Parts: sequence; structure tokens; C-alpha cells
Amino acid sequence: MSEKTKALWSAFPYTIPVLTGYMFLGIAFGLLLNSKGYGPGWAFFMSLLTFAGSAQYLAISFLSSAFNPLYAFLMTLIVNARHIFYGISMLNKYKDTGKKKPYLIFGLTDETFSIVCSAKAPKGVDQTWFMFFVTLLDHIYWVSGSLIGSLLGSVVSLNTQGLDFVLTALFTVIFVDQWKAQKNHLPALIGVFCSLACLLIFGPDSFIIPSMAAILLALGLTQRINDVDSKAVEEVA
Amino acid sequence: MKLTYTQALITILVVVLGTMITRVLPFLLLRGSRSNSPFINYLSKVLPYSAIGFLVVFCLKDVSLGPPTFAGPEIISIVTIVVLHYWKENTLLSIGLGTALYMVLVQLVFV
Repeated sequence: MSEKTKALWSAFPYTIPVLTGYMFLGIAFGLLLNSKGYGPGWAFFMSLLTFAGSAQYLAISFLSSAFNPLYAFLMTLIVNARHIFYGISMLNKYKDTGKKKPYLIFGLTDETFSIVCSAKAPKGVDQTWFMFFVTLLDHIYWVSGSLIGSLLGSVVSLNTQGLDFVLTALFTVIFVDQWKAQKNHLPALIGVFCSLACLLIFGPDSFIIPSMAAILLALGLTQRINDVDSKAVEEVA
Repeated sequence: MKLTYTQALITILVVVLGTMITRVLPFLLLRGSRSNSPFINYLSKVLPYSAIGFLVVFCLKDVSLGPPTFAGPEIISIVTIVVLHYWKENTLLSIGLGTALYMVLVQLVFV
């Protein structure tokens, strides 16, 4: 087997959960986009070029309300701000990836990040090609799912009311996963309660920036507690 | 389609651009010694947890706690997802069942 084939086959098993998740969420995305009057071509190019589930679900709401590109741009930045922290975590691992680096950075979704930050390529498999194929496979799943959903949408007419809840479900599931994996729940609680407080104070249309500021402030203030906790965990491990 | 072709295209392009900025920025800004700042290091450890908590709230921002539904479909579905996922840890099952339940609740029960 060539170097590339080996890397592809060793990457595939890691991406199976993403395959199922992206198919489901991609199909839901395609269906939902279709229900707003945007067909397969739109679904295909949005998924190919954006490759960001939550931003694309949000984009459906931008595409089905009044034209406001500045709002769309800022909301995208806010919702995807978490990517910045994935990037920070991958600075070292992506340092010497050469020509593949731009694509690896482009495809750093929540799910891709969760694999490439933890999984090591098996012995004899090139780590860069391994991470490249994890990203590429995830990308293919996402684009295919969106296209399938969109094509189904133009054939069958389903009552899709409530389908957009899939995004809330996804984040709730990730939240539970993170909760179980972490001993220190303070950062998660800070995220929930700062946002809830700002939502109650500022209302649904202007609570996002205050929430991010409150979260950063609260994390700054609790750095000592959180740092001690993560060190304690590392020592135990 | 609610927007014109050009408006839709512009909207999608700014979403693509916004997404790419958030992915590229750390690699552009934190080159060399700046990647070793203790606060950046700390944030990179804790912020993913806070961000997901924020996103759950963000998704529910337009839910009304008052009549007619008193946020019933949202509360029931989220509690179901949390319990199911805590127990089974099957991402697809939790997301699939939770969303299906929510659709049934808003389409048939809380009408």
C-alpha cells in the first residue's frame, strides 16, 4: 500500500461517528435549506465552502429574513469564535504540515478538531496525511449529507417544523460529553450562567457580545481555581 | 427564496468569510513566541467548555417562557436528551430521538 492509502485506511475508522453525525445533520441542513426555497446547488456550495454546521444553520435564518450582510457577518464571527480556540490548540500539531496546512486549517470543525487533537496515527502512518484524510473524509460526509437532504427535499414534502432543533440537540450532546469528560465543571457552568444572565438582562437581540465579555471576565477571575484544578487532574493522570 | 439571487450570494460569502477568519486568525496572529502566553494557554483549555454552554443558551434565546407553551417542548426535549445521552452516550441516538421528540411536541402536542 502506498503512504496515502495507508493513511486513508487508518483515518477512516476514526471518522465513522462523524460520518453518521454529519449525514444526519447534513441531510437536516439540506432539507431545511430546501424548505426555504434554496435547492441542491446552494446546499452543495454552502457546505463545500463554509464547512461549518452551526454557521450554516444560522445562515438559513439569514437567507430567510431581511437582507442584512453585516449582521450575518458578525453573527458568523460570534458563533464561530470558538474555532479560534481550536486553532490555538492545534498551533503545534499543524506547524510542520507544509502544503496541507491551509486545508487542515480550513477544515477545522468541532468534530474534526475532536479527532485530530486526540488521535495519533498508527505506527508507520504519516501523521500529516492522517490528519489530512480525517479532515477530507469529514468534508466529504458533510457535503454529501447536505446534497442528499436537499435532493430529498425537492422530491418529498415533509413537515419540517421543529427540525432546526437538531442544532440545539447537537450542542446539548456535546455539552454532556464535555461534562462527563471533565472533573472541573466551572468553565461549562460559567458559559451557561453568564449567557443566561446576559440573555435576561440584554434580551435575545443583544446579549451575545455581553455574554462573550462576561465569559472571558469570569474565566479570567477564576483562572487560579481552574488552573489548579487542571494541574491536579494532570498529576492524577 | 426570500432574498434576490445576488443578496443570497453575498450573504453566503460573508458567512464563508466570517468562518474562515475564525479558523485562520490564531495561526496568523500567534506565530512564534506569542503562542506561549500563559493566558492564551489557559483560555485554550477552558474556553471550549464555556463556548458550548453559551451555544446551548444561544439556540434557545427566542424561546418564550410564557403562554401558550411555557417552553414545554424545549424543556421536555432537552431533559430527555441530557438523560439519554448521560446514560447511553450514543450521539446519533440522542440527537435523533431528541429532535424527533421535539418535532412531535411542536407539531402535534403543543399546538
